[in-house]
Amino acid sequence: MANWVLKGLRTRIKTSAYRSAAEAVSGLSPGQPRGVALPAHDAAALVERCPTRAIDSCEGGVAIDQRRCVDCFRCHADVEEPAVPWGDGYEWAAYADDVAAMRRKLGHAFGRSLHIRFLDAGACGACMSEARQLINPYYNMHNLGFFMTPTPRNADVLMVAGPVSDAMRLPLRITYEAMPTPKRVVAIGACAASGGVFGPSFAAGGGVAEIIPVDVVVPGCPPPPLAILHGLMVVVGRKPPSELISRPSNGEMSPE
Amino acid sequence: MTLSAIADTEPTDFAGLCESRWKGRVTAKLDAAACHVACEPPDLPAICEWLSEEMGYVFATLVVEEESKPGWLLTYVFYKDAATPWVYVELRLDARVTTVPSISGLANGPAADWHEREAEDLFGLSFAGHPRLGEFVLHEDWPEGVVPMRHSFDARRMLDIPEAPNPAWDPPTIFSAPGSFAMPVGPVYSDFGEAAHFLLETVGEDVVRTIQRFFYKYRGVEKISEGRPIDRVLLLAERFSGIAAFAHGLAFCQAVETICDVEVPPRGRALRTVFAELERLRHHVATIAGICNSTALVVATAQAALIEEDLIRLSCQVARHRYFFGAVVPGGVTCDLVEEHRQHLLTAVDEIAQRCEELHRMLRYSSSFLDRLEEVGIVSPDAAAAYGLVGPIARACGATRDMRKIRPYAAYATVDFMVPIEQEGDGYARLRIFFAEIEQSAAILHQILRALPAGEIRAPDIVARPGTALAAVEAPSGAAFHWVRLRDDGMIARYRITSPSFTNWHGFHIATENFAFQDFPIILASFGLSNAECDR
Ligand code: SF4
Ligand code: SF4
Repeated sequence: MANWVLKGLRTRIKTSAYRSAAEAVSGLSPGQPRGVALPAHDAAALVERCPTRAIDSCEGGVAIDQRRCVDCFRCHADVEEPAVPWGDGYEWAAYADDVAAMRRKLGHAFGRSLHIRFLDAGACGACMSEARQLINPYYNMHNLGFFMTPTPRNADVLMVAGPVSDAMRLPLRITYEAMPTPKRVVAIGACAASGGVFGPSFAAGGGVAEIIPVDVVVPGCPPPPLAILHGLMVVVGRKPPSELISRPSNGEMSPE
Repeated sequence: MTLSAIADTEPTDFAGLCESRWKGRVTAKLDAAACHVACEPPDLPAICEWLSEEMGYVFATLVVEEESKPGWLLTYVFYKDAATPWVYVELRLDARVTTVPSISGLANGPAADWHEREAEDLFGLSFAGHPRLGEFVLHEDWPEGVVPMRHSFDARRMLDIPEAPNPAWDPPTIFSAPGSFAMPVGPVYSDFGEAAHFLLETVGEDVVRTIQRFFYKYRGVEKISEGRPIDRVLLLAERFSGIAAFAHGLAFCQAVETICDVEVPPRGRALRTVFAELERLRHHVATIAGICNSTALVVATAQAALIEEDLIRLSCQVARHRYFFGAVVPGGVTCDLVEEHRQHLLTAVDEIAQRCEELHRMLRYSSSFLDRLEEVGIVSPDAAAAYGLVGPIARACGATRDMRKIRPYAAYATVDFMVPIEQEGDGYARLRIFFAEIEQSAAILHQILRALPAGEIRAPDIVARPGTALAAVEAPSGAAFHWVRLRDDGMIARYRITSPSFTNWHGFHIATENFAFQDFPIILASFGLSNAECDR
């Protein structure tokens, strides 16, 4: 008989240091593009190059709508010039909109633990693989008080990946409605945030918010596990949210 | 070996053989891609039967195309081994034709079954003699008579699909006796399960058969590709199945390269092999983690999951992205391997192979674990042949098929590796195949990384031109066939993806007949398939 107990004990503690310090191991995140000040013709070239219209020209440069970015690296310095700066890190989760931000401010409904229901609304597999890593010992979301639940009736959070394919529209709504209030919806990945490369089309929608109200969006294609974890931390108010649009001025919000 | 070289080594002229066997009823022509056999509808089933029964060919895919001068072109693709040409049985039909003879009858075996059902749903073609046409890709709430793959259908059109008041799916079951029931599984799961629906028909403890319904994740990838430029469709090729993004991106690029006659530089080919094998390693380790998890072996699951995450990080370090998105382009790859990364990769691959070996050794000594896998979810060699199964599942029951050998691409012709085979076809045989393939992938990586050719990683910008090509790639879960047709303006005219999950899910029901209910998650995990890859 193999000695699994011994094997388990011998394996060093692997859990990510997310709570205490920013992770510095390489390979945790592909990073994401950032808005930057650029001359107008460079900005125009970048807007042209981005396949999902994530890059838009703005006052003095380009801004990036993280919900639309599908990690194609075509605006990356290694690939072509002009390029946008590439930020590392993973704390990308943000409130879906002002209403969601208000909801959040109007009182905080959850304790430190959350029960999560995951729904695949036509995700490609990479988003789900990243979400699945959360229960891997490296990320160990149980330690942070986040648990998967087998029934929507116990769920606080509905985590959704995918653009919402036609056939998943109804299961999505039914699952959402079966959850007790208060409840929060976390949309993970560019598909769930904006339809990504697939929607809107005859077969898939332009994201989860078309069907049910979304509270927190985790951009990325796919968002790495730590970004999804950040999204959950935002839900329980243990981490501040990020911004959905990255603008030239060091990410500070300027009026539209 | 290039395709024309394969054709040149063919001792007997296959086209001649075809024409003499089917005197006056076919015209056969051999070119660099395949032996094209043009025939008339009434002869189609017999020709396909001859290919599979007498000539030892395997059905790969059916490509339906609506031609611009109105009419249909149906291409039935068959393959055999590295020494024989591929065969395209071609049917050219008038636009008014609505019915084609089915080739998934008894004599031919069911390999083309799902292809025909899909074509019926998406093109509105009917297949005479097919045992079960009807609701398949498009579920019952889809408006009657709307066929999305026809050119006349606008992909941007938003259909007003009524949300059925009752989502329960209620197919005919075989039992009606009191006490019998059908246990639904999915499409939403308690963990990170992919959207798919199974009905387990049972009269008590044991499940008699499983009815499956897929295509909950149908995103119409083939349709939304049409009329778009190559670089946009590449995004779809990579993202319709993110866990095999590199393999599918590569298949799409290879098809484009064949059409546009682009030669990938040696370093580009070598790096493609490196990325493809890293992806295979990650896929197999993830599948092993899934199998351990399905038997509730907690420590083993954790060990496999740690290896998986280490592989994902490795991908991110060498190719920027954790799932290789953006790594492959027509003409080569986008990221070079700097010397430091090459060294790092060599050590890391060794270490991972070692950890996998240790895990395998420990699992072999866990008798309670083996008990759950042995003689569970059996696929027989006959069934695998009849269904044309591919990849590790086919190799677990004696079929040696592997596109890296049958039609070597990237740098596979330059490396020495073997294709592991098992005979039992049960869950344990599949587990052994996954472990054995990990060993082989590590060996391939070693050989390539030791002698990485210098030079460019990608050919200069390609010039798109009209044409058609089929690329075959051994994705982690088996053979993927990508058929691309480019229009005169270089845009995509037709993109047909035949994925290993599509091919192998078709055979899943064989493994799920007469089994104990609690074995279902184990059988599911041991198949290691993806619904995103199947549904597209
Ligand atoms: S990486 Fe994102 S922002 Fe940059 S071109 Fe691609 S989709 Fe656009
Ligand atoms: S966001 Fe990207 S990784 Fe996630 S499901 Fe969509 S295509 Fe896949």
